[in-house]
Amino acid sequence: MYGWTGKILHINLTEKKYTVENPSIDVYKKYIGGRGLAGYYLGDFIKEAYDAAVMPLLFFTGPLVGTSSPTSGRMTIMSKSPLTGTICDSSVGGSLGVQIKRAGFDGIVITGRAMSLCGIHISDSQIEIVDAQSLKGKEVSFAISRVGEEGSAIAVIGPAAENGVLFSCISVDGHFFSGRGGLGLGFASKNLKYVKVKGSTKTLVYDKNELDLAREEIFRLTSASPILMGEFGISNYGTSALYDLMHTRRMMPTNNFKSTYFEAAPTMNAWQYALKYKPKKKGCFGCHILCKKEGKDNTIIPEFETMSHFSALLNNTEIAAVVKSNNICNETGMDTISAAGTLSCYAEINEITLLPKQISKLLLDIAYNRQQGRQLKVGSRRYAESKGVPDVSITVKGQELPAYDPRGAYGMALAYATSTRGGCHLRAYPISHEILRKPVATDRFTFSGKARIIKISEDLNAIVDSLTACKFLFFAVSLEEYSRAFYGVTGIKVSAQDLLKTGERIFYNERIFNAACGFSSKDDDLPRRFFEESGSSGQSITVNPINRQEFLTARSAYYKIRGLDEDGMPREDKCRELGIVNSI
Amino acid sequence: MKQLLTKYNDKLVSQGLCDTGVPLICGLDDKLIWNRNSPLCGVLEEVIADLTINSLLFAKSAEPYFSIINYFIKDNIATIYPQDCETRTFLHDIPVTSELAVPTIIEALKRRKSIVIKDQGIVTFGIVSVEQAFIVYSSVCFAFFVKFFTDYLEDVRQNKVSRRQEEIFRGAVKIYEYFLGKVNFVPSFSGPFHDKEEVIKAMVEAAKFTVDSRMVDSFFGNISYRLGDTIYISQTASSLDELAGCIDPCPIDGSSCAGVTASSEYVAHRDILLDTDVKAILHGHPKFSVIMSMVCDDRECGARGDCHIKCPKKRFISDIAVVSGEVGTGFYGLCKTLPPAVKDKRGAIVYGHGLFTVGQSDFKDAFRNLVDIERMCFKIYLDRVKNGGNYDT
Repeated sequence: MYGWTGKILHINLTEKKYTVENPSIDVYKKYIGGRGLAGYYLGDFIKEAYDAAVMPLLFFTGPLVGTSSPTSGRMTIMSKSPLTGTICDSSVGGSLGVQIKRAGFDGIVITGRAMSLCGIHISDSQIEIVDAQSLKGKEVSFAISRVGEEGSAIAVIGPAAENGVLFSCISVDGHFFSGRGGLGLGFASKNLKYVKVKGSTKTLVYDKNELDLAREEIFRLTSASPILMGEFGISNYGTSALYDLMHTRRMMPTNNFKSTYFEAAPTMNAWQYALKYKPKKKGCFGCHILCKKEGKDNTIIPEFETMSHFSALLNNTEIAAVVKSNNICNETGMDTISAAGTLSCYAEINEITLLPKQISKLLLDIAYNRQQGRQLKVGSRRYAESKGVPDVSITVKGQELPAYDPRGAYGMALAYATSTRGGCHLRAYPISHEILRKPVATDRFTFSGKARIIKISEDLNAIVDSLTACKFLFFAVSLEEYSRAFYGVTGIKVSAQDLLKTGERIFYNERIFNAACGFSSKDDDLPRRFFEESGSSGQSITVNPINRQEFLTARSAYYKIRGLDEDGMPREDKCRELGIVNSI
Repeated sequence: MKQLLTKYNDKLVSQGLCDTGVPLICGLDDKLIWNRNSPLCGVLEEVIADLTINSLLFAKSAEPYFSIINYFIKDNIATIYPQDCETRTFLHDIPVTSELAVPTIIEALKRRKSIVIKDQGIVTFGIVSVEQAFIVYSSVCFAFFVKFFTDYLEDVRQNKVSRRQEEIFRGAVKIYEYFLGKVNFVPSFSGPFHDKEEVIKAMVEAAKFTVDSRMVDSFFGNISYRLGDTIYISQTASSLDELAGCIDPCPIDGSSCAGVTASSEYVAHRDILLDTDVKAILHGHPKFSVIMSMVCDDRECGARGDCHIKCPKKRFISDIAVVSGEVGTGFYGLCKTLPPAVKDKRGAIVYGHGLFTVGQSDFKDAFRNLVDIERMCFKIYLDRVKNGGNYDT
């Protein structure tokens, strides 16, 4: 077998045992790897509680991981979301995917529950479950300093997960995050503090020359992309390059989404961070874009979402406070988007503007389960409901929305609603065409044509997360180039359209999982605020409330195109068409 | 949706890519909409049913493209490999077939962005917008045109031009000669400009003239102007004939990233504007400038085959330098080769890609230079043909 190792490692923490499974090639062809293959292993357990012992915690690489295919250092971490109750996965960078592959595995399935806090060490075929009691309640960098090792990768949780924060995250190598949906709590519920992996085998490549030609095509397109490699692009400034754009397009969520224009934005942009911190480029294993930025004294420069939410969303005008908030979240292990969204909800309910000191204190209170943090650690939806004002929580399926106001991009509005992991911009990422003009520009203030575009983009990103590769790269390249890389690596001839069809199967599977957990059209919706309140118009840009009827019409069109029934539920005939059996 | 289909139908016609009433275009959301009825709709719907797309374009090309494209399609050839920049970068290669068969079309479109069918036309699609289909259609026509004329010159040199080639050559030259002779746009705004509004008006007009004079295929050109410490530049993937609202102001000191959507050639524009005293830059893809850039007489050159990225020579067409360089800012990016080549010149040509011209204070010079250099390249090409493919020494 080329590309894949053909081995899945199953670890049961209750029994302290492991087994190795060899799935058939048909399973690989059908679900590829990463998000697709992880979903295949999650399916049977999706109705279980997120903290049930049988609920698997899944780490899956893809066939391109460990090869010279560009941006193939990524992998998927998946389980059921403690925050939303939906399927939840993160495409995460760093070196974990590569080390898992080098250790000889395409994926790791962790089930059971350890008696006390433990860690897992994987070194090629050596698997060890070790005591980690000494790391109890410790922050991420402390844990890494104790058990991290040169040449190995580590996924670790911080105190937030151990203290039951529903939006706790998993840190990979200290710089990369499986951020959304509270998967850190999945670790904690298994009494698992960390997973450390080191491997030494190489991924077999079927045809190196074909892979090299695909690489050449991909690099050429990447170089031609202003968003990736241009003067103002993310290679130079990280994702925070988007900050000014969101500001000028008047779609920067401000003051808990009550407005869409943040006056102080020009003093809080990527340029200002560059002046202040003089960051260097860092990135995932095998990536040439290097979108991560690290300043002097190893200060991690916040990503766009964090930068925007800890400034505009909270009305904070101090860069240092944004950096500090990011650091607290990273160290204690919390999703920055949900953390900021929860604080902005708190601020609105209590009719206050949080000062930088208060932001820091509240974040620490949440992570360490003390004072006000006890009420906020459940996320904004549960908090707002407990206060009798559920509409103040700006969430979809209970997950806080990222930093693109949907009143400024209607494709984004639809994509937030249909995302299988709740309020998330990455399932379809229509910002690509609505704002960044790639592959071509679309009118951001219309739903016309968006239903099919969103569906196709969801399929595309499902396959990208399964190969695995980086979504950013697809601002410039397409599956045409990646199907060639896939062939070069695996020897399996597929077309771009074949891969897209596989992506459709992977995404549809996720709809099936969510339907099994009780999700339907009532959950594919946006907070009322977006239908009732205007954004901040100005500079010849009018930001109206979204027309609800148009939204519902677009959502119905989406269901039809996706092959769902009128209530957004899966259909038998569509399952058969996609080769999904016994799933409804 | 219907409006969008009509818009691109009209663009295909106005750009001389298709004759009136020929393009067959559909858009697909939850319903399928055609721009017109045709017996072929049913056949094409079979294609659409097997693909994950949201638009499809099928059209027979207007002359001279139709004859040129047909010339290349032979029974035993499934793929054509033009060497111009757009094909290399975006299309990679172009599948061709001799008959309109649904399975063949599906198979090709699963893999590539277009397929060309002998005697029938070109099929392309979009997954985000019909605009993608239009761009690819235009690029395919451009690629075949450039390939035909570069191949023709070589065949003249080797004395192996066929009668069919000769007929097509004469027909295409006649059409191009007629069109080029008619180009008489003169930008109306005189510089230097003093505020943003003046700059934008002038840019919008000059860019539209560039499209109307067919000095750019699809609309992949770009245009910029320096006003003080700000460079105004067309956005990436913006249509040069619809530039209003698609111009990014980029502060030279980099203090805002709002220009992240600026043209991929921003760095090249910026370096030209900083290194010289010109204020206006115009970039198009006039065909014979591109064709002549790909004609090199050094057959023993060690870099042959890599001319687009590492040409070791100092090449000129008259006073205009020809440089290697790929789109954007990569290792072989044209941002490294172009700015020095433009210095103290009217412009420069990037191998297989296009022509960049400059204007001292407005777009009058830049546009005139664009047209003049193209006319010059066209003349030099014809002179070479008359001279057996060689320079008249």
